[in-house]
Amino acid sequence: MAVNPSAIEVENMGFHYPGNSEVSFSGLNLKVEKGARFGLFGPNGAGKTTLISLMTGLLTADSGHVKLLGHEMGKQNNNATNRLFGFVPQDFSFYQELSPAENLEFFGAWSGLNKSTIKRRTDELLHILGLEEVRDKQVQKFSGGMKRRVNLAIGVIHNPEILFLDEPTVGVDVQTGHAIINYLLELNKNGTTLVYTSHQLSEAEDLCQQVALIDGGKIIAQDSLRNMLKDHKQESLEHLFLNLTGKDYRN
Amino acid sequence: MFKLWATIVKDVRILLRDIVGISLMFVMPIILVVVVTSIQNSTFNLVNKNKLSILICNSDTGQSSKQLIKSISKIGMFKVSLMPSDKSAQQMADAMHDNDAMLGVIIPPDFSRKVEAKSKSIAGKALTSFGLAGDSSKKVGDVDPLTLYYNPILQESLRLSVQGGIRSALQLVESRETLRSLYFSINEKQLPESLENEMLNNNTAINEIPVSKDGTRATPNATQHNVPAWTIFAMFFVIMSLGGSVVREKVSGSFIRLKTLPTNYLVGIFSKQITYLAVTMLQAAVIFSMGIWLFPFLGLPALNLPSDILALIIVTVVCGWCAVSYSICVGVFADTQEQANGFGAVSIVILAAIGGLMVPSFAMEGFAKTAANFSPMHWALQAYYSLFLEGGKLKDVVNNIIPLFIITVVLQLITFWGLKRKNLI
Repeated sequence: MAVNPSAIEVENMGFHYPGNSEVSFSGLNLKVEKGARFGLFGPNGAGKTTLISLMTGLLTADSGHVKLLGHEMGKQNNNATNRLFGFVPQDFSFYQELSPAENLEFFGAWSGLNKSTIKRRTDELLHILGLEEVRDKQVQKFSGGMKRRVNLAIGVIHNPEILFLDEPTVGVDVQTGHAIINYLLELNKNGTTLVYTSHQLSEAEDLCQQVALIDGGKIIAQDSLRNMLKDHKQESLEHLFLNLTGKDYRN
Repeated sequence: MFKLWATIVKDVRILLRDIVGISLMFVMPIILVVVVTSIQNSTFNLVNKNKLSILICNSDTGQSSKQLIKSISKIGMFKVSLMPSDKSAQQMADAMHDNDAMLGVIIPPDFSRKVEAKSKSIAGKALTSFGLAGDSSKKVGDVDPLTLYYNPILQESLRLSVQGGIRSALQLVESRETLRSLYFSINEKQLPESLENEMLNNNTAINEIPVSKDGTRATPNATQHNVPAWTIFAMFFVIMSLGGSVVREKVSGSFIRLKTLPTNYLVGIFSKQITYLAVTMLQAAVIFSMGIWLFPFLGLPALNLPSDILALIIVTVVCGWCAVSYSICVGVFADTQEQANGFGAVSIVILAAIGGLMVPSFAMEGFAKTAANFSPMHWALQAYYSLFLEGGKLKDVVNNIIPLFIITVVLQLITFWGLKRKNLI
């Protein structure tokens, strides 16, 4: 049986925030297969956002390395590596003064697309994500759900091979959440590797095939969702999560 | 190139939707230019056309005090009003308020008699020194001083020139008395009026000529002084929009995404420089146009553009670039919009003050004079004054452009260092 090549390889990675002696990660290893729908879960402060920041080059590892499709982050041409992935941060990462079309035009250019591709992708994405009618309206007047869809559209404008999603459906209604998850499944069908974090575990069960649980800067479990539930004799991801990370408050 | 163009388009769109920012960059400086020029123009008119009103209370009954009042009227600076002779200081103050007078003078009792006595004594001494019979032994007391009351809103420079005018009138009265005494002592008859006038009123004229580099002799006015100065201030006022824009982008979520894209953030910084440099050029064009076409409708003197338009454009571009570089530098180091706006506003007022926009730098001394060299506004103002007031050409302002350019390059380097240090590029 042929082994899928890795989309993401994190090897023996160490990291601590400057000015903070506490180590965030030490000797961390993680592999995400190409074409996978990978979920990264953990309680607040577990290190999910830090790990995504390291994988997207927003932070630089102290030791070890992160490879995206064989390209080492920070070691090779950053522009070439940055073209490979898209990022949908938890915060609204666009210009609220601009319209969805204007945001896509700008971020498309910064993603390395030419004018005609930007126009084509803008039309496509605004149609798919139900934003056609408001394409020329300022985003600051939009509802939270509409802003989430704009946030997602910008992250995928350049058809990335890997898509990092940091809580892409937080604060949206059921309809919007459902539409976003369906669109992500569609992207994955077309070959995009998804790396997803969320606290909405029922939604994660629908989306993710592979999961990793992270706590205290360590990966405490990693496997397919089916195997993990079976091995730990749990009915749902939520029960598995509580079982492995405990019920205490996290600050 | 497409990335840069797309970024410029983005920056222009955001700028055009920032009504407050546009108001701060265009409307406020325009109001400032009109108000300051109007005020300075009315001060100019007050001194040169309308005349300062002065109340004179003459407690003396002799001829010298009458001559003094006549001489003060002849100076041309004052509109003289006479008051009844027995006024106290408080009554004079009240009268000044009631009559809207800026100045008041009380001529003391016995003024004429004492001036006459003093003149006779001086004439006696003069005759003795000529070897003629004269009485030089007689001691006379000093003439009691005139008391000058003034409204505190009068600036010191204006007050000094008022004092100088009254002193010269007083001098004339005393000289006339001395001359009459001398003449009478020698000739034992009155000094003929024609000779007296020839000796005292036949002053050598003073011609005032503005020295320009191009040989033209246009008289500077409030517009020529103020429009260039406050245009520079307006250009530096872009900090209120640009500084905040850099901070807003830096602290907003959009910057996180920008950092993950295959484009260096320097493209973003370069775009802001181009966009806001265009804004500063537009500001200068709007303010100069107002000076040329709108000011005459407001009763203000029209602005005359310098003859060397290329030099004007070069100075304006370098000044605008410096203003933009300063704003971006502040934006890179500030952590919040409040910091950028607060520091930005205060710092440009300080730079304007030490740069000579508020007090002429030639009037500064010591530390202030040295500090002026570090203000980009000082070099820009010197260049503008050379072009607008002295008729200078490009070669005359190169010495001002070079320091301005050096300050700009230093600001760019500091910005680059700040971007690196803050891990923004």
